[in-house]
Formats: sequence, C-alpha cells, structure tokens
Amino acid sequence: MTASLDAASSDTLSALPAAESEAAPVRPSLLLRAREPLLALIFPALVLLFWHLATAGRPFSLIPPPLDVARALYDLAFGGINDDAYSRTLLIHLSASLSRVYGGFAIAAAVALPLGLLIGRIAPVRQLLDPTLQVLRPIPVTAWLPLSMIIFGLGPRSAFFLVCLGAFYPILINTIFGVRSVDPRLFEAASMLGCQSAAQFYKVVLPASLPAIFTGLRLGLGFAWVVIVVGEMTGVPTGLGAIIMEARALSRTEIVICGMAVIGIAGFISDRLVLLLGHRLLRWSPNFA
Amino acid sequence: MLKQAADPILELRGVSKQFELQGRRIDALHDAHLRVRKGEFVCLIGASGCGKSTLLRIVAGFETPTRGQALMWTMPIAGPGPERGMVFQDYALFPWLTVRGNIGFGPAARGRPAAEVKDTVERFIALVGLQRFAEAYPHQLSGGMKQRVAIARVLANDAELVLMDEPFGALDAMTRERLQDELLDIWQRTGLTVLFVTHSIEEAVFLADRIVVMSPGPGRIESEVIVPLPRPRSVVAPEFNELRRELAQRLHSHHARKAA
Repeated sequence: MTASLDAASSDTLSALPAAESEAAPVRPSLLLRAREPLLALIFPALVLLFWHLATAGRPFSLIPPPLDVARALYDLAFGGINDDAYSRTLLIHLSASLSRVYGGFAIAAAVALPLGLLIGRIAPVRQLLDPTLQVLRPIPVTAWLPLSMIIFGLGPRSAFFLVCLGAFYPILINTIFGVRSVDPRLFEAASMLGCQSAAQFYKVVLPASLPAIFTGLRLGLGFAWVVIVVGEMTGVPTGLGAIIMEARALSRTEIVICGMAVIGIAGFISDRLVLLLGHRLLRWSPNFA
Repeated sequence: MLKQAADPILELRGVSKQFELQGRRIDALHDAHLRVRKGEFVCLIGASGCGKSTLLRIVAGFETPTRGQALMWTMPIAGPGPERGMVFQDYALFPWLTVRGNIGFGPAARGRPAAEVKDTVERFIALVGLQRFAEAYPHQLSGGMKQRVAIARVLANDAELVLMDEPFGALDAMTRERLQDELLDIWQRTGLTVLFVTHSIEEAVFLADRIVVMSPGPGRIESEVIVPLPRPRSVVAPEFNELRRELAQRLHSHHARKAA
C-alpha cells in the first residue's frame, strides 16, 4: 500500500505549484522575466511617440504635446513651474477622489452584499426585488446625475451617491450569481456529514460563493473609478473629476490629460492591490491561485 | 446488543420511487427488497436507468421513497445523516478546505471538541496515506487522491454504512485498481458495511460479498449473487472469470427479455 501511494504522490507533485515549487529557486533568465513588462510598454511608447510627432512644434495644436503634459503633471504634483491655481494641488484632488471612490464603494458593498445574499438564497425576496433591479440596472450613472443633484443637492453627497451606484450592480449581480451557482452536491455532502441546513449558509454557501463575490467587488471598485468624473460633475470643488471639468472650461487641456492619467494609474494600482488580496484569500480557488 | 446483531443494518421493504419528468411519470425504482448485514460488502450492478443510484440516494436520505420503507437498524431513514456516509463519483469535496479541513468538516460540524477533531483528522489522513498532502487544496490533488479524501471524510465522521456511487468510475485503470485494494484493506480492518454502486461486472466480482443485479424499465432488483471466492481475489483465476461470465449473461438476458 505504501509503495503504491508513493507512486501516486509523485505524479501529483507537479500539480502542487503553490506548495512545492515556490521554495525552489529555479528562476528563468533576466531577459525572460523582463519580457512581459517590456512587451506591455511597447504600445504606450508608440502612442507617446505618435502623440509627440503629431503635436510638438505646432503652436495652434488643440492637444498639448506629451512633454507639456509631463511638465504640467510635475507642477500639479510639486509646483515650482507655473505657480498658478493648479500648482501643488494633486494630493488634495487625489485624496478627495480616493475618499469618494472607496467611500462610495464601501457603501455599495455594504448594501449590495447582504441584498445579493438574500436575493440569491430566498425566492420571495428574489421575486420581489429582482425585476425592479433588472429594469434599473441598464440606466447609466450619467442619467442619474440631474435627479441625484435634486435629491442630494450640489456637492459631495451627490458624488458619493453616483459612485456608489456605479459600484452597486456589479457587486450585487456577482453575489447573486455566486450564491445561486453553488454546486448542489456540496449541500448533499454537507448534510450527509451532519451539517444542518441553517449552518450550511456559513459553512457552504458563503465560502463557495466567495470567488464570485470577490470578482464582483473587484469589478465594483473598477466601476467606482470609472464613474468618479461623473460623480464629481456635481459641483464639488476638489477631486480629479472636478479639476478635469474645471480645466476643460478653462481650455487647460494639459490639466485634463493629467487628471485622466492620474485616474488611470490610481485605478490600476487599486485593482492590483485587490488582486493581491484575492490571491492571498482565495488560494484554494483554481481561478485565483 | 444481542438483538442488534441479529437485525440487518439496512433493510428496504418494497421501496418504490417515481419521478415526474416533463409531465411524464418515471418509475425509477419499483418494489425493491433488500437486507444488508453489518460488515457486508454489497455491490449494486446494472445498466443505466436500473435505479441503482436512486436506491443509493434513498438510503442516503437525499430522496424519500414514493412507497415502501427504508430502515437503518430497524428505524425509518428520515433525511441524510452522518451514520450513512456517501462517497460521490465527482468527489464533492469542499474546494475551499484543505485535505485536513475536508476530513475534519463532519466532526467539527457535529460540535466535537477541537482537540478530538484534530486527533481524528490525523488518524484518517494516515489511514488513506495523505500525510504529505494534508495542507493541499482539492484542486491540487489527482482524482485518486481526491477520492481518498472523500473516503476518509465519511470514515472520520463515524459512518457505519458507506454508500459509494460509482466512486472509481472517473479514475484511470491503474488508480482504480489501487483504490479497490485500499478500500478492501480499510473495509477488512474497520468492519465497515459498504453499499457500492458500479456498472463494472469485474469491479463487483472483485469487491463484493454479494452482488445485487438490477435492471431497467422500471428499475428493479432482478436477482442476487453470492460471491464465494476467497480474498484476495485474482482477476485471472478461472472461478473469477466464470462468475463474471455468469453475471454478464444475467445482465444480458434482461436486455434480451426486454427487447422481446
């Protein structure tokens, strides 16, 4: 029996990447490891080059050349170049937007998660709410802007509401999906092992739907970043969306592009952090490991 | 105790099961009678649609019979319970739990003290030889190892009667043979009672004390065959092949009769 088990073990060792091979310091060559980031940089470099060639040295270009934008971004962050209303204000705007994105996202998660669990598990709740939600879902966040400003007034409360709305549906839909697509075999397995139906919610439904819920949270946070500009069209004085709208009115296109770039980078970093968290928490799931 | 020893661990009295499927009534199982003694290894064999899985699911408590009674230790079976452990063909392990977590799931769910759960888990990990994979997740294991975890999971939960629904059907031939040997080894050492569904005649003759032959349309128990061969059994022995041929004929004649 032991000998046969050893044979069984050796053929499965290769299927254990996380447990076994990480400790072994077998690294591919530097060139091979640098290949992926290098490839990822080629396209943006080409875009920058094209942008530069198309705009640099043309005084009447409506789009500023990349170097001007880089200078404006430096001034926005540290000042010392233009010394105007925008100089050294990046941190203020970034932190205002961050608080709205994460605040709106947190409110959305706090409502969408329990609601999704209820809709997914309890048929009457689903029949009561699901049709309404399906009708409300296609309405874009932009369309809610006027109503939101009437209901919540000009300012941050409206911004929170719109960001929250953007993050809400992905979290809700994925939570419902996760809860409803638990393999029925797992309920049978749990009940034959003596886990009664009340306890199955915590012991089976929640862990089994965690990957889908996590995907919903990730998408929701992404959408929160997507709608931040709309959210800050509500007349708030600070925020990345606010300076984009304000700079547009003042024809400061380089500031508009700076705002776009900062949103892109901040959204990217925030998504990477969430993914890292997912890798840690969902090591058991083949989709995340 | 004396009375218990005489009682069958499992008894089916005229058990029938009908399903509604798209407005049509399906006789999945018709008037099944079966007695299983403690410690017996019984195989259910038959073509698809003969009701062997339905019978197993009724014993597990996942289905209730339309007519008749399913009794364990003379008590009617009402729903799933840890004394009847099920081993599924597709394993049905909890993917978010490690090998340890899966084996400890039952004892923990039933409120056993943590120290006891830990001891039990280690004992049964050793029984199925998975010590080196105790912290691995199911998706990191081969099919054979997953099925070892599934078997250890029901044994660790004090199952007296182990129900196995084509447990080795998805495994390659070599792994299947190894697991058949290991299962017999565990069965002989622990005094379990096993009700094992298979569609492989060879597997049934190799494993069982007694083979229950079932046939479809409606699903029913056709006959029973005692396997008199001593263990360990050799699949190349003439007696083994004779029994295998006889069973093949029985299964075949049912088809012939049905066609006629």
